[in-house]
Amino acid sequence: MTKQSRQEMTEKTPSIYPVKTKLQITIIFFIVIGFYLFSMFWTQREMVGGFGNALGNMYVVIEKFFPPNLEVIPKVWGEMAQTIQMAIIATTLAAILTVPLALLSAQNITTFKPLYLITRTFLNILRTIPDLVLAVIFVGLFGVGLLPGILALFIFSLGILAKLISETIESVDMNPLEAMRASGGNVFQVIYFGLVPQVLPQFTSFVLYVFEINIRASVVLGLVGAGGIGLVLDQQLGFYNYPNAMAIIILIFIVVIVIEFISNKLREALI
Amino acid sequence: MASYSLPPKQPKSTFKIVRRIVIFLAIVALYVWTFLGIDIDWGRAFERMVNNFSRVIPKLFQPDWSATSEVAAKIWETILIAFAGSLMAAVLAIPLGFLAAQNMTRSKILTAIGKWILSAVRAFPDIILAILFVVAVGPNAFAGVLAIAIGSTGMLGKLYSEVIESIDMQVIEAMEANGANKIQILFYGVIPQIVPEFLSYAIYRFEVDIRASSILGIVGAGGIGTMIIFASSNRNWNEMGLILLAIIIVVTVIDFLSARIRRKIV
Repeated sequence: MTKQSRQEMTEKTPSIYPVKTKLQITIIFFIVIGFYLFSMFWTQREMVGGFGNALGNMYVVIEKFFPPNLEVIPKVWGEMAQTIQMAIIATTLAAILTVPLALLSAQNITTFKPLYLITRTFLNILRTIPDLVLAVIFVGLFGVGLLPGILALFIFSLGILAKLISETIESVDMNPLEAMRASGGNVFQVIYFGLVPQVLPQFTSFVLYVFEINIRASVVLGLVGAGGIGLVLDQQLGFYNYPNAMAIIILIFIVVIVIEFISNKLREALI
Repeated sequence: MASYSLPPKQPKSTFKIVRRIVIFLAIVALYVWTFLGIDIDWGRAFERMVNNFSRVIPKLFQPDWSATSEVAAKIWETILIAFAGSLMAAVLAIPLGFLAAQNMTRSKILTAIGKWILSAVRAFPDIILAILFVVAVGPNAFAGVLAIAIGSTGMLGKLYSEVIESIDMQVIEAMEANGANKIQILFYGVIPQIVPEFLSYAIYRFEVDIRASSILGIVGAGGIGTMIIFASSNRNWNEMGLILLAIIIVVTVIDFLSARIRRKIV
């Protein structure tokens, strides 16, 4: 196709796409652009001075936030550690509880259809609720502290993890499992000797991935009172103490990058 | 049954055993550190839960329908924020994706720079970006759009660069051998190969952004999150129930639509 000079080809050969497809694409393109312009207009309608003014303000922000007051970092180290601990506990709990849920929502293991459908729907609904909303509800229930944060992270990551792992379970090689069943293995034996060895590396990798997500989520949970570094950040922002806030943001940034790097290396080694 | 034999096990090298012990000890140390560090007042939390349970949980299941129009308006705003933000990101991520793709730049330094920019952007949680933009442009929906746009660029750029790295380079080599210039290679060799997957990822990111933009209001960046924070500080759990219901419906519908569109594209 690319052997002739391009101009010659584009002039002489008919277009590879039919007119109808082209028309469809054009219409979709204009709808998308139109909706985009509308949403830009809508989201800016409450803004004083519009976009141009905002760009000018961008410079003010840099002035406000910089230079960050790095002296606060040693003082918030304890909160940062708590944030990481929150993520560790939540991930561990989710990793344990996800096993029965993932098994129940895998079509090839749970052959009883209604049970599979119920777990699936439950997990789908669970996943649609944002982590911060869960945190808001748990803070209302348990009061300000670490516990609501841990619970919010736990439930949020349970939804993701169970989905990822049930998909892995559905894609395993069923032949060894059938052979085991045929030679008289019971359900638990089949799962333990046939399924676990096939799923384990993926499982560990997904748990680490969810841990990364949890670290990222846990740093902001404090904004709604669910403990950790976000609580300090929220206070500093409330005092309009922007250099301190920037120092905390930089700390969060570094911690997230370091943990992601370690977790990535571990995952590469696993698979 | 008695006379079957298992295949012989592989001999374990000392290195592997040592590595396993080290990993095990590291994990144990991590957990000891975690459980010593975390300090929860279980008694108080339990007491509070007993007190609050009847005030919170049942009310979540009895939505306050009188707030429907307000919730609908805010959900609409949330969708607009997510749409504008993810479209911006879908465009912004293209140059970064090309920069971070090894087979396009053909220079290790440029690729490394691109990859570093993208992972740096990805390390910022959306909410943190929203905080910065709220200070910049004021507490309104446009701050949310900017936060979503920048936040999504990191992930989309990474996915784009992976798509670009996986294209069929033989087509490009053939074009080069025939004397096509860079622009021609880009338009006739590269773009046709990447468009479907780029679109698919952009739509997927819109799906993710709907969830992200629903909480941005917590820091004042517009959308349904504004109502979440009001409802929780007023302890208006009936309204919270309606908000939750609205989020669940919108996210489910958009996930479903997006999955269908993506299946058609790729």
